[in-house]
Amino acid sequence: MLEIRNLHATVGGKEILKGIDLTIKDGEIHALMGTNGAGKSTLSNVIVGNPSYEVTEGSITFNGKDLLAMKPEERAREGIFMSFQTPIEIPGVSMTNFMRAAVNARRETQGKEPLKSTDFLKLMREKRKLVEIDQKLMNRSVNEGFSGGEKKRNEIFQMAMLEPSFCILDETDSGLDVDALRIVAEGFNKLRSADTSAMVITHYQRLLDYIKPDVVHVLIGGKIVMTGGPELAQKIENEGFDWIKETLA
Amino acid sequence: MKSEQQYIDLYGEAADIIKSKSCPVMNALRDTAFETFRSQGFPTRKVERYRYTDVEAAFAPNYGVSLSPLTIKPSPYIFNLKDAPEDIAALYGSVADSKDPITALNTALVHETLLVHVTRNTKVDAPITIDYWLRGEAATMMNRRILILMETGAEATIIINDHAADKQRFLSTQVIEVICRDNAHLDMYEIEETTPLCSRFSNVYIREGRDCSVKHNSITLFNGQTRNLCDVYLQGENSEVTLNGCAIASANQCIDNNTLIDHQVPNCQSTELYKYVVDDKAVGAFAGKILVEKGAQHTSSQETNANLCASPDARMYTQPMLEIYADDVKCAHGSTVGVMDEAALFYMRQRGIPETEARMLLKNAFMGQVIDQIKDEPLRARLYVKVEKRFRGELDKCEDCRLCK
Repeated sequence: MLEIRNLHATVGGKEILKGIDLTIKDGEIHALMGTNGAGKSTLSNVIVGNPSYEVTEGSITFNGKDLLAMKPEERAREGIFMSFQTPIEIPGVSMTNFMRAAVNARRETQGKEPLKSTDFLKLMREKRKLVEIDQKLMNRSVNEGFSGGEKKRNEIFQMAMLEPSFCILDETDSGLDVDALRIVAEGFNKLRSADTSAMVITHYQRLLDYIKPDVVHVLIGGKIVMTGGPELAQKIENEGFDWIKETLA
Repeated sequence: MKSEQQYIDLYGEAADIIKSKSCPVMNALRDTAFETFRSQGFPTRKVERYRYTDVEAAFAPNYGVSLSPLTIKPSPYIFNLKDAPEDIAALYGSVADSKDPITALNTALVHETLLVHVTRNTKVDAPITIDYWLRGEAATMMNRRILILMETGAEATIIINDHAADKQRFLSTQVIEVICRDNAHLDMYEIEETTPLCSRFSNVYIREGRDCSVKHNSITLFNGQTRNLCDVYLQGENSEVTLNGCAIASANQCIDNNTLIDHQVPNCQSTELYKYVVDDKAVGAFAGKILVEKGAQHTSSQETNANLCASPDARMYTQPMLEIYADDVKCAHGSTVGVMDEAALFYMRQRGIPETEARMLLKNAFMGQVIDQIKDEPLRARLYVKVEKRFRGELDKCEDCRLCK
């Protein structure tokens, strides 16, 4: 599904990613762990095409297509979704209008007619239940006045609406209490199909108790320095990153 | 030759014809107004209230002056001033600033006046609508004049639409005088949907007595060059005024709004909110002055001008002003000029929304705050649609216009 080769990227002229190689196959969940500033968020932002990040070397292909040649919206419509670490507030744009524009843009790519208003509202209602998000929030502006937990749930709700094939969860667990974490993680699990792949960025084992990774990567200093199975996440939870750094030295 | 000369010559040649098509109250002010205009000419950019518009250039082309008569559909509220009783006709010219050069030129050249008269304690339910159509085979100048008289206890909504029916160069001058007697309530909308070939110079003067409320909404959806002046004189206690503006400019369009709210007496309230979205190489200007005169204690005033520059080449000039000569007042003013929120744009694009659509949603959201405040519900609904169409680039002609189809 996703193939990253020798990826180098800078932000504000500073090199953050220094040669990433990563392959994620259909249906696989990869966890990405690492110290603060290691480049985890940079990697996810580069995959989704955030214009603040510049790729200086390397390639990313998604289902065989050159991802770096695509605009952010084209990548999204290919099926890539990122749950933002800090979801953005958009005053004056209602959740409903925002979702309608997003859903219909995706349908357009699939050669489908825009969804009829009643069908769209029905879809909203169904998906809302998955993440237990209040109807009241749908009448508000995007993320405006949402609590931290509501914002994260709203990300998963949007994921449910858009049915992506590849999801990036960028610290979706940060700022969530135990119950909210469970709702968000379970929501994600319900949405997954056998072919859905994901890259889960987290500092903690907690989230990985719910979303079981197939592969765990450790990112330090802009490079993937270690790759292992789920047990690697557990070891990091118990022992931190120092032992990995020592093996690098 | 400076461009005022052709208007001076024009008056010399056409004054008698204009007078013959007009009425005594209008003719009574005509020669004096012409003299005011002749002596000062068009204002240069050194004149404080005309800093942001090149008036002389706008009036330089050779326009034929339209003297076509007003068409007034039978209405209980709309009249031709020439048919008005003497005491009402005498109010003509009593509110406008006769020293203003545009008002002076309008007073000299205008041949008819539309009178909107809402009698004592009359509450008009449906909006009173006035449609102006700029029409002409060649470059045409139109001089328009409206007198609005709201008698004691009167209530009405007035919608004034400014359209262009032909793809032609048009120049319009407009003077609107509004008199609100005690306890009158007026909700007034001016909506411009013309073409890039149009230049509009509009001066609105509003006088309020006691316990009045006036809401004036200036909405520029599509235009060429627009210069709107709106002056409000609060002359009776416990009155309020709201001035709202929605200005959308793209390509090479220019929109210049200049307002004055003059608190002459105590215990009045004023609120002002003007928002601009300027795109491409468009230029927006806003200058708003709140004047609190000596003795106008317990004045409460809030002035806000917020602007979105949607392209690096768009320009916005903003000048909020407070002038206070009373010591027990509550006044605030603020102005912001911002660019598109890149984080919000990216967030929307990550969800698959194309960049142009995302930009449209942000501009629409920004302007929504002004449209939300429109009281007349059908108009508000219509404007949501129109504003969105405007941002989608689908409003380069007026949708209701049978001539455009």
